[in-house]
Amino acid sequence: MRLALRELRGGTRGLRVVLMCLVLGVAAIASVGVLREGLARGLAQDGRRILGGDLAIEGGSQPLPDTLRDWFRTRGDAISDTVTLRSMMLAGRERLLVELKAVDAAWPLVGSATLADGSPLRPALANGAVVEPLVLDRLHAALGSTLRLGTSDLAAVAVLGTEPDRVADPSIFGPRVLIGLDRLDATGLVRPGSIVEHHLRATLASGQDAIGTIEAVKKVFPNTGWRFRDAAHAAPGVQQFIDRTALFLTLVGLASLLVGGVGVANGVRAWIEARRRTLATLRCLGAAPALVIETCAIQLGLLAAAGIVVGLVLGVALPWLAVTLAGDLLPVRPVIAPFPRPLAEAALFGALTAAAFAATPLATVGRVPGATLFRAVFDALPASRTARLVTAGLGLALVGLTVATAQDRLFAAGFCAAALLTLGLFRLGAAILVRVAARLPSPRKVWARLALSALYRPGTSAPLMLVSVGMGLSVLSAVALIEGNMQRQVAEQLPRDAPSFFFVDIQPGQLDRFKGIVGAQPGTRDVKTVPSLRARLVSVAGVPADQVKATPDTRWALQGDRGLTIAGAEPEATRLTAGTWWAADYAGPPLVSFDTNLAAGWGVHVGDTMRVNVLGRDIDLKVANLRDIAWRTMGLNFTMVVSPGLLSAAPYSNIATLRSPEASQTGLLAAVTDALPNVSGIRIADVIGAVTKILGQLGTALAAAGSLTLVSGALVLAGAVAGTQRRRIAEAVVLKTLGASRATIRAGWLLEFGILGTVAGLLAALVGTLSSWAVMRWVLQADWVFLPTTLAATVLGCVALMLVVGWAGTASALSARPAPLLRNE
Amino acid sequence: MDVIEPTSIDRLGVSAPPDALVRVRGLSFSVPSGSGGVNQPTDILRGVDLDLAAGSATGLVGPSGSGKTSLLMLLAGLEQPTAGSIRVAGQELAGMNEDALARLRRTTIGIVFQAFHLIPTMTALENVAIPLELAGVADAMGRAEAGLRSVGLGHRLRHLPGTLSGGEQQRVALARAFSPRPKLLLADEPTGNLDRATGSAVMDLLWTLRAEFGTTLLLITHDPALAARCERVVTMRDGRLS
Repeated sequence: MRLALRELRGGTRGLRVVLMCLVLGVAAIASVGVLREGLARGLAQDGRRILGGDLAIEGGSQPLPDTLRDWFRTRGDAISDTVTLRSMMLAGRERLLVELKAVDAAWPLVGSATLADGSPLRPALANGAVVEPLVLDRLHAALGSTLRLGTSDLAAVAVLGTEPDRVADPSIFGPRVLIGLDRLDATGLVRPGSIVEHHLRATLASGQDAIGTIEAVKKVFPNTGWRFRDAAHAAPGVQQFIDRTALFLTLVGLASLLVGGVGVANGVRAWIEARRRTLATLRCLGAAPALVIETCAIQLGLLAAAGIVVGLVLGVALPWLAVTLAGDLLPVRPVIAPFPRPLAEAALFGALTAAAFAATPLATVGRVPGATLFRAVFDALPASRTARLVTAGLGLALVGLTVATAQDRLFAAGFCAAALLTLGLFRLGAAILVRVAARLPSPRKVWARLALSALYRPGTSAPLMLVSVGMGLSVLSAVALIEGNMQRQVAEQLPRDAPSFFFVDIQPGQLDRFKGIVGAQPGTRDVKTVPSLRARLVSVAGVPADQVKATPDTRWALQGDRGLTIAGAEPEATRLTAGTWWAADYAGPPLVSFDTNLAAGWGVHVGDTMRVNVLGRDIDLKVANLRDIAWRTMGLNFTMVVSPGLLSAAPYSNIATLRSPEASQTGLLAAVTDALPNVSGIRIADVIGAVTKILGQLGTALAAAGSLTLVSGALVLAGAVAGTQRRRIAEAVVLKTLGASRATIRAGWLLEFGILGTVAGLLAALVGTLSSWAVMRWVLQADWVFLPTTLAATVLGCVALMLVVGWAGTASALSARPAPLLRNE
Repeated sequence: MDVIEPTSIDRLGVSAPPDALVRVRGLSFSVPSGSGGVNQPTDILRGVDLDLAAGSATGLVGPSGSGKTSLLMLLAGLEQPTAGSIRVAGQELAGMNEDALARLRRTTIGIVFQAFHLIPTMTALENVAIPLELAGVADAMGRAEAGLRSVGLGHRLRHLPGTLSGGEQQRVALARAFSPRPKLLLADEPTGNLDRATGSAVMDLLWTLRAEFGTTLLLITHDPALAARCERVVTMRDGRLS
């Protein structure tokens, strides 16, 4: 230890890259862990406020029964009813799709709802609608203006400030409008078949527990299909988003730590080489190999510990700074503190990475006899079997830690496998490049020969440069390709014959009038209408819906309302995958045509019985056939198509799609909503625009996070370039004495960096393509397309990055004075 | 061999001989002092005058640190003088930019170092070809091969410098220096890293090549025997020729 400390007086210059790589990687992992923990705690602390009570019950399109309210009241619990739906809001000639929320007098049970000026919201609701600023902006209205909602006129009385349960009931398709529940009937928007959600929130009397209460409700009101949530699971969507984002960010942190590990290995090797005279002297003075290794290991250990500590401090400071600056943008305000668990995990990741990547070069020191140290290059020495085993063991521990600490272990294991394969691919690519460069005929131009020989000369830094840039770019190109594919799914794959509008809630008595209105609008065509009912699944093949063993990707459809339509003849373009369609005039017991994907996820087969609840009545549907649904056509698709007969008598509304030229769309929407105020028109282009915007923002955020790996890579690359600086200066000086101009020398170096950048870019493009394919296919379960432009940008970006780093790194080499070097050698 | 006072002619106000390939006048060179906190320049050369007649061989001797190598660097255009004038083959070096100096070295000046300074990643043949290629010689490789054969290394054409002995490396360096047939050869202790026998062989070779190409030679050496082979010897002490 004394020797190691004395040795450290010489400074840590050679190990700065090692230190920075560790700081960056540990800080990234610690930041993500602290932020995730902080969000989880924020969610838990705010769970009651976010949910709006101790528990919530969602009844779908059917109003919750008074008996349920009485049940809660007799226990002494407080309850509140809300109804949410989408509707058109009109002001003069302007129309806007809004997310309407009708609340009773008890709302909100937890937290406080306020107006923009901070005053209480409740009194304002007595006089009209409270709206988000966007509503007034889009409708060119002002406070006091009269707004039409369905068949009712309301004054815009105030601007909404805070809505405590907004995270649990997000508004996606339009801005929020709040009205009193007692005004909802007057709007005429809630009719049979309307797409509405009835919610009930309860705050429990003291001593009652939410889970127990939910179980009690289920016993008293069995097989209702209601959806229950308690405060601990107030916003499952947000929780899932946090988990997924945290997983991605952790993997980005690990990728940067992995790239940093390569920098650690190289930095340690360079450091040992630079100290070889000191080490050789120690060996010659009688130090045993183990002592030399120990001395170096202690020094590295101290440095790694310092790096980890700095990384951990940053790991708490950065999330704190982010939350302080932009905490309001997050759905839940995180509670930031030095949480021991994520910090311990990050420290362990850092320590294991440092040990795994430093073990081999460290062990090599012990194998070199003192005399050899004076003249040999360490690269020439093979690593010992023990060193390899130790490295492999540490690597396995790193993989084990990654998988063990991940929320989605399968995904984490896949990432580890992909990371190792990528590392291997880049090493293989580098080996091939070195061999090819060595075998190519010698170029006639000096600068070209200079570039080529630098690629294969002994101790070349080409493999290190390839890995350091390539790994970061691989992550970035994978993110870019996944984002590009997702954008394309939404926007570019929209079929040419996709409808321009969806109109919902058209009552049977309004259908002819609707057709007349849209038919009179110029250019309107392909008007299609179908009956629409809302049904809730009660059981599948005798198994209650909440007990069906469904695959994770199909579980969502077991809860809440599903759309259902009635058809006699087989609809156009139907593709049956099992069973047969019923006769057009079939009038027997109800049959259902079911979505083939959901059937596969739930284990449903032709002949099984599915019990659904339509408007409070349970109906058994026998599965007659399974149907492949092309959701992307944006046409009228339903998971369930039921045979005519029993359900034909049930109250329903209609849904319509149509195509209309862009110029006529505003007029068309105005004509329909003026004449049929309860009907809502949804412009497909607006929906696509909103989703594309969200995806774009998400993609930018992910790419920004992914670029962290590139920062690590750039750091290692800079280290690698710095490591070759002595060689470059020597070459430059000799070439200058032989009459080479600066341009000639620079051309050679830029060619070298250009070749490396091209190869790294091509490999990164390959890795990005394969990774994006795997993620789209296996994780997002979506189609994947080849995106050549994105790939070309990756390769060009890589070449540009390499050239910039090369240019910067060689500038100082070119300006070095020749005399000292020529004199000292 | 007498030591000649090189600057006596100029001191008498007489101009340099008309056949002088190199003419140095009032050359001073100083470098910043790196210690003591006071940036007081250290004078390396102080008012040096020197003429080298075309085709002549001049030995430059003197104790370590007297400024010999600095003078060589200045003559090669690898350092910029603090004051004074250097003319090589009629061209004034002061004020020439880096590229012009590179062109001058490419066509006129060859340099041989004690440490050889071969490019380690290139073969012996490629090393020798570099100045020819830089000068745009059509058959650079052919001439480089002939040059290597002339120094007895025809069997080492494809060898990397690291695989050659010291003597062989210096012979490659000589072949490289002579390959563009320079008018001036600057040699800085070319045998300093070699044993006596090898050094002697290398010097024989240098003399043969010099005679063949009629090259003007400035040879820095600590070896009186090598200096004695020159037609003229000048001595440097404390940055001054004496």
